[in-house]
Amino acid sequence: MCAKELKKTSRFTEVQAELERTGAALFVDKEGSENLYIRSPYTIQYIHSYAEDSPFFLGLAEGRIRGTRCTACQYTFATPRGHCQFCGEPTQWVDLPTKGKVHAWTTCHYGSEAFLKETPYNLVLVEFEGAKSLLLSRLKDCGEEDIYVGMPIEARFAQEPSYSITDLWFVPAPGSLKK
Amino acid sequence: MVSGGVTKFAKAHPEMDFRLMCKNAFDRARAEVPNLRLDGIDGTRISYFSDHFTRQLKAASMVQDYLGLNPRGSVRIEWGGATGGECFQAAYEAVASGRMDTCLAIGFETMSRVATWKGNEFIALASDTNFDFPLGGFYTGYYALMVMRHLFEYVRRAKFSHISDEREAQRKAIEYGTRVMAKVSVKNHRNALYNPYAQYPKNIDVAGVLGSDMVSYPLTREQICTMSDGAAAAILCTEERAKELTDHPILIKGVGCGTDTMRLADRPFGKVLLMPHEKPSDYAHLEYPGVHSFRAGRSAGLEAYRHAGIENPGKDLDFIELHDAYSSSEIQTYEDLGLCKYGEGYDFVERGDAFLPNIDYGFPVPRAGTIPVNPSGGLIACGHPVGATGLMQAVFAFWQLQGTIGKHFGSDRLQIPKAKRGAIHSHAGTGSSVTVTIMEGK
Ligand SMILES: [Zn+2]
Repeated sequence: MCAKELKKTSRFTEVQAELERTGAALFVDKEGSENLYIRSPYTIQYIHSYAEDSPFFLGLAEGRIRGTRCTACQYTFATPRGHCQFCGEPTQWVDLPTKGKVHAWTTCHYGSEAFLKETPYNLVLVEFEGAKSLLLSRLKDCGEEDIYVGMPIEARFAQEPSYSITDLWFVPAPGSLKK
Repeated sequence: MVSGGVTKFAKAHPEMDFRLMCKNAFDRARAEVPNLRLDGIDGTRISYFSDHFTRQLKAASMVQDYLGLNPRGSVRIEWGGATGGECFQAAYEAVASGRMDTCLAIGFETMSRVATWKGNEFIALASDTNFDFPLGGFYTGYYALMVMRHLFEYVRRAKFSHISDEREAQRKAIEYGTRVMAKVSVKNHRNALYNPYAQYPKNIDVAGVLGSDMVSYPLTREQICTMSDGAAAAILCTEERAKELTDHPILIKGVGCGTDTMRLADRPFGKVLLMPHEKPSDYAHLEYPGVHSFRAGRSAGLEAYRHAGIENPGKDLDFIELHDAYSSSEIQTYEDLGLCKYGEGYDFVERGDAFLPNIDYGFPVPRAGTIPVNPSGGLIACGHPVGATGLMQAVFAFWQLQGTIGKHFGSDRLQIPKAKRGAIHSHAGTGSSVTVTIMEGK
């Protein structure tokens, strides 16, 4: 194969398409220079440990939301952490309620490549009674027009755990949808 | 600082790899200081954000090599979106500590190497990969969460307390707030019409901003910076050395840096860090920072102002180049940096203080010119090649303070008359780290 057989284009989108098709293309810039593009894939499988956060993800599989509480200053974290961010002392595990409120929200109509097929989806920062910090989650079974700051919501858990934060999501509490 | 250089920021630079881009920025900076020989540079600080974009570890070593600066000292700097700002301060520290007489700060990013939505995924890896990313990791989504709380704290409570239906009151607040945010986007896009380095200048209006694609409610596409390729360089040296190199050096008067939790969910609800011109009673009932404000930005500002002897930034600064990755975060940053009080950001836009007096924005800007913010067009219009962005701000601020905008932009429309003192502000992942640097001319 010689370079002459490569597709030449001055459109960047055509370069991308050609790389998908043949793996190489020539981009011709304004000065007439030919710039050689190639496809360069990269995949990797990490061997990932949740380490000290493991009980949280095991808890989701049992239908529990587990936060942590500082053994010294008693600050309660809805997103667990092994040591307190204020005094550095160790925390202990506590069960959080499965009902909460929307502290902040958005609806994503685009997303990272990994999540594009799931759009639109709602993200919420959840407040819990008895916890001072928040937890990020998805809010399902409702539309953009339903959601507001302060809206009461309830947890749902995956039947088959994938041991990911996505094993947990929230839905509107009964009666809280827009009428 | 004695010189700076920037490549034009673009969607892609197929004709240059990262080494050549850096070489271009470096050569432009060198052209301004012909007395500076290559061996007059004692060392470098080199910045780029993402090893995922480069897929070339130790890319900074390859820059050092390509510029012909081996075997002198160099360090790679990475600190998320604030990478360029950190790089600038690292070079400042190398000189201020006495370690070097002359230090080059240079940075780049090559984001065109993957498709846009993959690029968003790479950027979102700069959020907690256990608790945040798997939910739909997407930075625009995170910033949308923050501005939604900002609108709730300040607009819903202050301007729509007469509406009792909570859902309706919040919708009114969002509608009002997004119109104001759109004005910031118009400002930055239209300022950039006179900046030939800008990637995305546009004669857009409020309706055009609000009518563009919804990305993460309430942020539309025209309120968000784009992916870019580009490089920027700044040459810093001692005062003594500066006099040998240029008649118009600019003094680095103060530096500040602040941090906050990586996860938004962990942000505390405490008391406001007060500016010298604020008092505790200003914020009697405000839980701070929560997710509505950037504590790291306030902290960085406070340190830099203290260092530079600034008491009231709104009065003591002539302009600011700040990190407007989103129109919303520009408004939040006005408050963090003390240009107005927390909660007054939207009114501050409406008053027009941050706008330029000689640009037509299509709506009234009564106090235009008071303290122009992002006269260059900011990230929204110039682009955001992460490792170069904070350095680009330094170069634009340098030219403002030298009074050489006309020479470099081919038009002095964006030159702020008699600009004596300016600030640059570089910001990473939902405000997890921020730098502020104060620069001063003669
Ligand atoms: Zn504690």
